[in-house]
Amino acid sequence: MNGPLVRLERVGKRFGGGAPVLEGVSLAAEPGDFVSFIGPSGCGKSTLLRMIAGLTPPSAGEITVAGSPAAGARGEAFLVFQEANLLPWRRVAANVELPLMLRGDARAGRRARVREMLELVGLRDAAGSFPWQLSGGMKMRVSIARALSMAPRILLLDEPFSALDEMTRDRLNEDLLAIRQRDPFTAFFVTHSVAEAVFLSTRVVVFSAGPGRIAREISVPFPYPRPRELRETPGYLGLLAETLRTLRSVLP
Amino acid sequence: MKAPSSRRFSWRFPLGAGVLLVAAWYAIKRAFHLPSFVLPAPHEVLRAAWEERRTLATSALVTGRGALLGFLAAVGVGFLLSLVMAFSVRLKESLYPYVLVLQMTPVIILAPIFVLWLGQGLPAIVAVTFMICFFPIVANTTMGFISADRNLRELFVLCRASRWQEIVHLRVPGAMPYFLTGMKIAATLAPIGAITGDFLAGSQQNGVAGIGFMTIVYFSQLKIPALFATGLVACLLGFLFVGGVNLLHWAILRHWHDSMTGKDM
Repeated sequence: MNGPLVRLERVGKRFGGGAPVLEGVSLAAEPGDFVSFIGPSGCGKSTLLRMIAGLTPPSAGEITVAGSPAAGARGEAFLVFQEANLLPWRRVAANVELPLMLRGDARAGRRARVREMLELVGLRDAAGSFPWQLSGGMKMRVSIARALSMAPRILLLDEPFSALDEMTRDRLNEDLLAIRQRDPFTAFFVTHSVAEAVFLSTRVVVFSAGPGRIAREISVPFPYPRPRELRETPGYLGLLAETLRTLRSVLP
Repeated sequence: MKAPSSRRFSWRFPLGAGVLLVAAWYAIKRAFHLPSFVLPAPHEVLRAAWEERRTLATSALVTGRGALLGFLAAVGVGFLLSLVMAFSVRLKESLYPYVLVLQMTPVIILAPIFVLWLGQGLPAIVAVTFMICFFPIVANTTMGFISADRNLRELFVLCRASRWQEIVHLRVPGAMPYFLTGMKIAATLAPIGAITGDFLAGSQQNGVAGIGFMTIVYFSQLKIPALFATGLVACLLGFLFVGGVNLLHWAILRHWHDSMTGKDM
């Protein structure tokens, strides 16, 4: 396969006969990239993620994932939803197992994979719990474990930590990077938090709204693994300020 | 935050209310000088229930059997029909109006037709019970099947689940609370259905009659306390049905549903 892992070519989206939500979005991501989408509400960043996931088709332009159209490449990319989106009647282990079961994997392999994934997100002891017994942060970890169980090459995360308090969010950001050290997926990450975007990403894409377009791409040069102390360095803080300024400039 | 549901249930309040109601009953009877053939006193009803215990027990059994068969048939057919309608919007559009037509047609009209087709006795009674129990189950279960969470549905799309997998692993478990609600309503209706059926299509075969038929007998004999006692028996039968469904509710939902976990919404 030649070319980037994910390629967006002048992608546009409108729903029904309404005004376009997104227009002329071109973007390419290589394996190992961590791309954050940030921008004002309604700039279509979540819609873009759903298009990459193949859940909704673009109304203009082209999206290719691993060389084929996004709709046909669902196995390559898995979406982590905004809410944990767990099945309330399944225990944690059974929730993580769900995609593997739906794919028709053998039972023994499924069990081993589930154990491995729960270990990875630090929830080995919660395997037998029901979702309602977990905190918001733990539910999100289960959701990530479920997505990673499929070993997707691309992980799409739609504001996964937006409902959590800041400390839990920071912790999960660090854990997400630690998981990525062991299981190197390419990530697209929608967020409203500039700090989160800069801390996690190789690249922050700032969108403007009405219709959504890419206003600017800011590349984040810090190498991985990124320690939590990165948040206190002048380089990080400078980039944070720059990203904030960019974001402010695109706000109406 | 403390959930109101976490407060311990106390028997004092329902029992106290019961005592007040019985006292009011006596007071009304006394105040209006009502003779026992108009309003028997509670103890007279209980005495009649004791005197007629053999007849009432057998008629409760007869009615209970009709109610159970009709109820189970409604549960089975109702669930399957809801499933079919959840499978296809076109089928739902086609069938649902006629489910409504069935519900709108008074049982009083249907019962003689059933007697015409099935003869007097159990089959007609089961049919009447079925008709009364059917709609709440179909209405609730269908609602359960179609109200699966949008995000969860997308998760299944993302996993490339087949239609069948989505039904088995998402729609059916998600519809359980609705299904059980339908069953609970149907459970209160089942004895009423069987008694109505018995009233309209019952007979005293081999000296055994259902509760509905006994009300006719007692009324014609002016055994008014015994007539009231049939009401008591019907209530007990209803509680038995609802208790059974509550048990099922507990068995199916105790681990995860908000109604059982005491979690704040």
